[in-house]
Amino acid sequence: MPKIPSPLWLLAEVTHSCPLQCPYCSNPLQLVPKKDELDTEGWLKVLHQARKLGAAQLGFSGGEPLVRKDLEVLIAEARKLGYYSNLITSGVGMDAARVENFRELGLDHIQVSFQADDATLNDYLAGTNAFQHKLDMARAVKASGYPMVLCFVIHRQNTDRVAQMLDLAAELQADYVELATTQFEGWALANRDHLLPTLEQVREAERVAHQYQEKYKGKMKIFYVVPDYYENRPKACVAGWGRVFIAVAPDGLVLPCHSARSLPDLELHNVRDRDLDWIWYESKAFNYFRGEDWMKEPCRSCDEREKDFGGCHCQAFKLTGDAKNADPTCAKSPHHHLIEQAIDTSRLNPNSSKPLLFRKRQINANLS
Amino acid sequence: MSQVDFKAVLSLARGYRFQWEESQNNHVLLYPEGMVQLSDTAAAVLSLCNGQRTVEAIVAELEEDYETDGLSEDVISFLEEAQEQGWIQYA
Ligand code: SF4
Ligand code: SF4
Repeated sequence: MPKIPSPLWLLAEVTHSCPLQCPYCSNPLQLVPKKDELDTEGWLKVLHQARKLGAAQLGFSGGEPLVRKDLEVLIAEARKLGYYSNLITSGVGMDAARVENFRELGLDHIQVSFQADDATLNDYLAGTNAFQHKLDMARAVKASGYPMVLCFVIHRQNTDRVAQMLDLAAELQADYVELATTQFEGWALANRDHLLPTLEQVREAERVAHQYQEKYKGKMKIFYVVPDYYENRPKACVAGWGRVFIAVAPDGLVLPCHSARSLPDLELHNVRDRDLDWIWYESKAFNYFRGEDWMKEPCRSCDEREKDFGGCHCQAFKLTGDAKNADPTCAKSPHHHLIEQAIDTSRLNPNSSKPLLFRKRQINANLS
Repeated sequence: MSQVDFKAVLSLARGYRFQWEESQNNHVLLYPEGMVQLSDTAAAVLSLCNGQRTVEAIVAELEEDYETDGLSEDVISFLEEAQEQGWIQYA
């Protein structure tokens, strides 16, 4: 077996709490309650151990990381340790002064996510009035000397407005815009019939994105990735299992990919019990999909296996019942018809009879 | 040929950070959610793009460090590429 590389990316999911209720949230349906979260000490330990392992990029995410009152402590420590730290936020829970303070403490980058380009749709999807505040925060981020990085999560209900989203971004003078297609995990998978865009929508969004990429070349970088459901090939999940990425969930569970909690048989460990070095190199979970010995056909003899490593194992598990199967978004997968069916269903019932499930708003329960 | 202004002051683009990574035994450039490993020469040039030196000064300093002259063209073509990549900006 080739030498195990050291991780480059640490995703610190510091909390599942969030004041918003996006139905496309990729958090698990079983949210980690506040009382089970790692404390400040616990997170500092995670930062130290992962940096020692080699991680250079650090993402603070959630939930909404701003809910954590000790975020400032973690940011300062991250800077001291030499991380490049990214805050992935809805913008709710900060004001211009907090942004400025983050800057002084050494946070490197803030990504503000939007649900849509206008207040009505945005606030409907977020389940709360947040749009105006998000605009203010996007501006505050730039005013503090950061690049303005915006993320629009796109799905059936808003993908027809990609042009308006990019107009808004241009008006705000964004430096980077990510049009991130919903990943069908957690709450998003439960709402798939409402959220999966149709093929026509995907192609149109792609066309618009390319048009704007041309138009704003050199001014605003636009990223648009075609959803894997329409690609016929899966994405290399987390750039390959146990190769670059390490995620720590709010309760300290260490995950090879942020939805790995749902996979059976991995034997996940918690940073409270084991250090990250052991978990990364020795644990069953991190070695589970390393190399190629685990692969089944068609991946095992496929000449593209170096490219996508068989795709997303969580997706394979949720849709086919076996995580070692090829990701069914791959056209070579014997289960690919499941994807085609999902696409057909969403096309035939654009107004699914199931109600749209809003994420549980957890923050109120956490005040105790 | 080149559009580079020798009197202009260079810095890294917003959100970019240049540093030595012990575990990779390499200089790297870090930016929002990404990283590139740098060759020794790229690192030598970027280490000087700190908002305090003009292009001219950068060339002069590199020529002194490498005890040579005539680096101007190489430095300029690298800077053009770096700007294309969005790594640097003119102050
Ligand atoms: S509810 Fe929305 S803002 Fe909150 S964590 Fe989920 S996706 Fe992010
Ligand atoms: S068969 Fe497996 S390895 Fe080949 S492209 Fe499909 S998912 Fe990737």
